[in-house]
Formats: sequence, C-alpha cells, structure tokens
Amino acid sequence: MSKRSVAFISVLLTSCAALPPAKESATSPHSAQPTPTSARAPYSSTYEARPSPATLIRGGTILTGSGNRLDGDVLIVNGHIEAVGPNLHAPEGARVIDAKGRWVTPGIIDIHSHLGVYPSPQLKALSDGNELTSPVTPNVWAEHSIWPQDPGFETALEGGVTTLEILPGSGNLIGGRSVVVKNVHATTYQAMKFPGAAQGLKMACGENPKRVYGSKGQAPSTLMGDVAGYRQAFADAQDYKRQWEKYERELAEYQKKNANDKEGSGEKKPPPSPPKRDLKLDTLADVLKGDIRVQMHCYRADEMATMLDVADEFGFKIVAFHHAVEAYKVADLLAQKNVCAAMWADWWGFKLEAYDGIQENIALVDAPANSCAMLHSDSEDGIQRLNQEAAKAMSRGVRAGLDIPPERAIRWLTLNPAKALGIDKQTGVLDAGKNADVVIWNHNPFSVYALADEVYIDGNLMFDRAHPPARPPSDFMLGQPDTEGTP
Amino acid sequence: MRTYASRKMLLSALALLVATAAWGQDSAHRASDDAVKTADVLIRGAKVYTVSGRGTLEQGDVLVRGGKIAAVAASTENLQAPGASVVEAKGRALTPGIFAGLSHIGLEEISAESSTVDATLDFKAPAWDQKWRPEFDVTPAFNPRSTLIPVVRNEGLTWTVLEPASGDSIIAGQGVAVTLDGTLGVASRAALEGSRSLFVQLGSAAESHSGGSRAAAYMLLDQAIGEARSQGAIGQDALLHPAGRAVLARYLSGGRVVFAVERAADILEVIAFAERNHIKAVVSGGSEAWLVAPALARAHVPVILNVLQDLPTDLDRLSSRLDNAARLQRAGVMIAFSTGESHKAGTVRQLAGNAAAHGLAWDAALAAITANPADIFGLGATRGRIEKGQAADLVLWSGDPLEVTSAADQVWIDGRAFDMRSRQTELLHRYRGAKAR
Repeated sequence: MSKRSVAFISVLLTSCAALPPAKESATSPHSAQPTPTSARAPYSSTYEARPSPATLIRGGTILTGSGNRLDGDVLIVNGHIEAVGPNLHAPEGARVIDAKGRWVTPGIIDIHSHLGVYPSPQLKALSDGNELTSPVTPNVWAEHSIWPQDPGFETALEGGVTTLEILPGSGNLIGGRSVVVKNVHATTYQAMKFPGAAQGLKMACGENPKRVYGSKGQAPSTLMGDVAGYRQAFADAQDYKRQWEKYERELAEYQKKNANDKEGSGEKKPPPSPPKRDLKLDTLADVLKGDIRVQMHCYRADEMATMLDVADEFGFKIVAFHHAVEAYKVADLLAQKNVCAAMWADWWGFKLEAYDGIQENIALVDAPANSCAMLHSDSEDGIQRLNQEAAKAMSRGVRAGLDIPPERAIRWLTLNPAKALGIDKQTGVLDAGKNADVVIWNHNPFSVYALADEVYIDGNLMFDRAHPPARPPSDFMLGQPDTEGTP
Repeated sequence: MRTYASRKMLLSALALLVATAAWGQDSAHRASDDAVKTADVLIRGAKVYTVSGRGTLEQGDVLVRGGKIAAVAASTENLQAPGASVVEAKGRALTPGIFAGLSHIGLEEISAESSTVDATLDFKAPAWDQKWRPEFDVTPAFNPRSTLIPVVRNEGLTWTVLEPASGDSIIAGQGVAVTLDGTLGVASRAALEGSRSLFVQLGSAAESHSGGSRAAAYMLLDQAIGEARSQGAIGQDALLHPAGRAVLARYLSGGRVVFAVERAADILEVIAFAERNHIKAVVSGGSEAWLVAPALARAHVPVILNVLQDLPTDLDRLSSRLDNAARLQRAGVMIAFSTGESHKAGTVRQLAGNAAAHGLAWDAALAAITANPADIFGLGATRGRIEKGQAADLVLWSGDPLEVTSAADQVWIDGRAFDMRSRQTELLHRYRGAKAR
C-alpha cells in the first residue's frame, strides 16, 4: 500500500469512516435572547444565487433524478427549473444549449464529505475534522472548521457535484454538527451554506471511537462502552430539554400573570431564571425535537440494529447510516424503519467492520419497497467520480439479477440524498419549481468515459469543460507554479 | 422496475446449488493435490487484445496448452485443437491478465489489524541508532490463501508486485512479482522470476526517516552505497549489516530500484542519482512527472502512477493533473498504473479507463495495466501479452475491459480456469433476498 493510502487510511480511521432560513438550525431554542447586531441570524447562510439568463437545454437524454427517463428539453428560468419535456419553447433571449447525444441529470449530491475540514493539502494546520478531546462533542460544528480554499471543491464540481454535506470525522461517539453547502466558490463558508437546510449531527458506531479513546485509557474502549456513551448523552439531553420546557412554562405563566395584573396590585415577583445554556445539550435537545438530522457512521448490520433501538429508547430519528458496508444484511429492516443508507461501491477490508463489504451492497439495499439507498464518497477522490461509483454498483446489481436501469440508479446520487438532507423540496430532481442544479454529461454518465461538460447551480453555469475554468481556482492554487502547465 | 427478475433468480439459485456442490469437490481436490492440472482450452471467437505487435484481432482464437499460449490466430484460420475444451467467446473481449499494481495482496488481510499486516519493517529505532535493512524481503510473508486473492482475481487481476511499505527507514526493503493463482505453497513458488526489486521512499513522505530533511536522504544513501562498495571492516556506526551490504551491492550493478517520489525536482534528483550509481530506476507516484517527462524519457525511467491523482495532496504534489499519463506517454515515457490499494486493487481498470477519458490512447491505457508493467519488472517475455509462448493468464470480459460496468466473466492463470467465487460471492449468495433476523 502506498504511503498515500496509508495516510489515507489513518485519516479514514478517524474521519470516518432558496428559502428563508425559517428555522435556522444555528439558533437553538434557548438562544432566543442574544442581542442581534443585524437582522441576520448568526451563522446563517449568506448565499444568494446570482441572476442567470433563461436557458434551454435542448434534445438531451434526461434522467430526472426521481426515477424517470425521457428524451427532451430542460428549461431554466430565474435559476429554477421551469419545465422538463419534449419540444419546449425557448423564451426570447434565452441561451440555448444543444444537448443532442448528451445526457442531463440533476446536480449530484454527496451526503458524506470532509472537503474543507480535511482539505488538500493535508497539512497539520488544516487538519480540523475531528475534535478528539472528548468522545461526546455535539457542541462543535463542522462549518467552523471549513477551509473554503480547499481545491477539492473545484475538482468535485468538475465531477458534477453541486451540493454536499460536510461532516466532522468519526473519532467521537458524537462528533458534532454537520452542514450542507452548495459547491460554489466563496471566501466564507456562510456564502456556501445551503439556505434553509437543517444541520445534521454526526455520530459514529464501532471501532473508531473505542480505538481513539480506548488507546488513551478512557471510555469508550468497547462497543458496550460506545452504546453507554450515546445513552448517557441522550439521557442528559432529555433532562436538559425538560428543564428548558419547565422554564418556558414558568416564564409563560409569569408573563401571563403580569399582563393580567396591570395595576401592579400584586406582589412583585422576579421572573424565573433560565437554566444555564449548555452547547452540547443544546444540540442534542434539537435532535430530540427533530430539528437536527442524525447522520450516523455505522458499518455493521448488528450495530445498526442496536442504534435503531437506542434511537427508539430516547425518541429520536436516525436519518441515515453512513459507510453502511453491511446494510445489505438488514436491507428490509432499514426500509421498514424508513432509514437511508449511504454506501461506497466497493470499499472493504480496511478494518474488521468493513470486512464483509460486497459490491452488490447498494443494489440490495435499493431493492425493497420504500428503500433509500445512497452513494457517498467520504473522499476527495471519490467525490469527483460518483457517477462512476454508481455505475459500478448498478452493474453489479444487474449482474446479480436485479433490474436497475440508469434512471433508477441516478436516485442514489440525487433524490435519495436530497431526502436524507431534507432538501428534496429544493433540489435533487429535475422538476418544475426546483433549483436549477443541472449537469450535462458528454454521454451516459454510467460509464468510466463520461465527463461532465457543464454544471449549473441555481441556473448559473459554474463549470464549462469547453471553456475552463468557468469557476475561479481557489486562492491557494493562485500563482502556484505550473499547476495548469502548457499543453 | 425494482423487482427481482424472478426467473433469473431461480436460475441463479439452481446454478448456486450446482456450483456449491462443485465448490465442495474443488476444495477437497485442492486440499489433496496442490499441483493443479490445467486442461487444454481453445477460446474461440473472441475480440483478442494481444497488447503486442499484432494489435487486436476482431475475431480471434487462442489455444492454451500446458498452461501456456500455444497459438493465436484469426478465427478465419480455423485453428484445430483436438482434445482441448472449447470456450465460445461470442465476440467478447479477451485480454492478458491485468496487473494488480504495487500492492500488499497476500501481505495484508485487514489493514487496521496489525497482526494481519506484514508489509512493513519497523524496528522503531531512533534515527541515530538506525540500521538500514535492504536485505528485508516481504516475499516470505506472502499468503496465497488470503481472501483478497479470489476477490481481486474475480476482477481480472492475475499478478501483482508485492511492495514493502516504508517503516522507519527510507529503504523499505525488497519485493517481488507474484502470481495470484492462490495455490498453497512456499512463497517462492508464486514469485515470478527476475522481478525482485528494491523499494525506496523519498520526498516529504520520508523526511522523518532522514532527520527531517529530504536532502539527508541522499547523504544517507551515499553512505550506504559507500559501505556496500567497501571491502573493509564494518564500523560501529555503519548503516548496513553484512547481509545488507551484499544485497545493496547487487542493486548497484543494474538492479531495479523503485523510488516512491512525487515532486518534479525530486524526480530529477532520482534520475541523476540512478545514473551516478548504475541503478535501473523506476518512479512510483510521480504526480509531477509530466513536468520532467523529457528527462524521464531520455533516461528510460518508467513511471508507475495513479492516474486519478489530481489534487495537491501535499506540497510535493501541487502540479498533479488528470492528464499526467497522457502527457508522459506522448513524451515517450513508459507508464504503468497502480492504485496503491490492495483490497480494491481491481479499480486499476478504472484508472486505465479514466486515463483514456483524459487523453491517453485506449490501447496505451490497456498496455499500462498489462504489457508495460510486465516489461518494467522484467517479465515481458512471459507475461503481459497474448502471444505464443506466454503464460496463459487471460481474462474474458462481459464488455469493454476498461469500462466500470464490465466484469470478468472468466479468468485463467497459467491456463487454469477459476470458478470466480470468493468470500464476497458467498456473502452475496447468503444474503440475496434474505430477511433480516
């Protein structure tokens, strides 16, 4: 194994495996009081789509992202999909793209990335993905570690990725909050943040947390220690949530009483004082309320089943298991519990919990009714070729006797991750009203030879293979010698 | 749309029953007799990619006798092979067995479990007390019964080069090419003659082994070479033991040394160092090799690269590009591909396909995972091509051999047809359509 792979594995072992911000996940229920310095909620998205010309993509083979395939046109107006179908009329002044012989899909969504938090180059100063000082750190937010200069964002864009979830690593039982970003060039992470998308909570099963902390002689050092750790954290969160609910009840009563007692005849009682804010428990309380979506690193089938019980005990929902190498063993259970699984096409064997990986995993997880199979990268290399990874998984499934046409397989990269991130109303499908996140491929994307020719985000042409670079290179790459070279 | 093709399922289930019975017999057979017999076989009507001067035969026949390729002919020549079993290829692609790259296949079972990994020598000696051990050779640790071997063989891979990983010295040790036929025997049985090579780690990845500066790597290498060439007594501060002196001396008279190096300037240093010391150098990694392609071509130094390396993973690799392979090839540099992976060594085909998508001629991409690595490791006369006299390492593909949606339908090594089963296919059969309990 090359040095790169060794370094890669060591990272892997701990790394993991356009609406108003109505409920800006940054605001916990208990942060209502801070004095705002502006109208904008702290940490909220500052992304605004630039105006874009109306665009008609004409005559391509369209995979809608939701399971349909048709030959026809995609019309983009004001950054949104206006219509999808045959023989659409181009509005006056519209840019018309000839897609004859080419394929059109929604922008790819990678639900598991560490771009920005484990960026290239892999320098010590930029290794910000794992807060390995305590096994339970729901107080940390991946977005505060993002280095927007990571050149990996550009190479991912060239692979058609328009939206990604960036998570903390997997060294901790509870690693912190994740963030959903648009793959747009920006100087600040806030300007990449997907407007209105809820944050996630990264949790991790298995070998990584027990190895990291066990080797320090502290808990957890076993799988049972892992589970005790999650349970105690959520027991504390339940208690914390009750204290706040009690306070809010008392405050409401106090305010009501004061309002009724306008003359001030009654005794003046001081208002109830709020409980002390705890940033860790804020996050977990938001999980209990369903405002933060749990994304859980979990390889083994038996551990997934354990975690579903933990979630049931404390009344929260696990949205998806990531790196779910053994998901095929519990495909029916996952479908029945409405839990998604994010998987690789062919990773296996790099640790014991990955030893049972098979290349038909995604196809088998996809098979039951109500399933939610997804392909993820967890890699700055894999994210550039998710279409090829899906092609591998699809062909393996077909070889195993499953009927998986491209229009079905593309859902692993589009609609399904959009659902798991709670952004399926905005993106992930080529349907009227959705954000115009669109990729035009030079041919069938389920091929090693396929390249993204053009990538649109909210109707803006962000990458154009015929005229690179359609997007500026990252600050870091500016002025480096010979990075472009001479042909 | 998402239903099982139930008839297909039934057929597969029947096939599984039959195969299971055959599997049992086969294992028993192998346990009692590790000298596996190979039947003569005629593969008829294939699209034969010879990767030789004969190019591609659109409709060709390949005759295998005694584990070797006995004849290659256009189907119109109507090759006769009395006694040989016949495989009808029906136009499918036939290629030489694919190179699994520089890997730890058979040296590493579960990467994170150190008790199952034998690829690295690390005495954990402090730098001032360090001995270099070029005599270290990973070959005896090779386990032909590793579960990785059937998995990667099913991907069409028939041979690999065992690459020792750098431990606490820039000299990682020696490795050798091995066949992936999985036959139990001493490791030297699997080793392919003439392929033994020394592996050296340079650049930022090795700085910590040379006191924190890559410049000191050359200081130490020069010291070791001086010791290897000296007939004098060995001093207390020597880098090498007597065995190490003898081994290194062999490499200094035209031996093959694989230098893991990425930065353009470092590659030029390697070329100069190899010329000074009469070493046959091979560059592995070579992210910035395209910048010094003419110098590599002039010095006849081949490059084994990962085509997909396109990010500045570290500052040695700032100028990584997806068309590195295409540019090297155009400049006349011999190239081969390696993923740096063992479990996923099968993705080397994906590298070749991507190289083709980024400007490399398709035939050159196939050569970079067949004939070229065989030539680089001194095996070109016996492996890497479909040519009379070569070992019958062959793969029949379901489609385009470089396409990710294609699979190996049948693999032969030394003429032996494998049953295409592995631990992964066993898991698939157990869980396909099973209800979770």
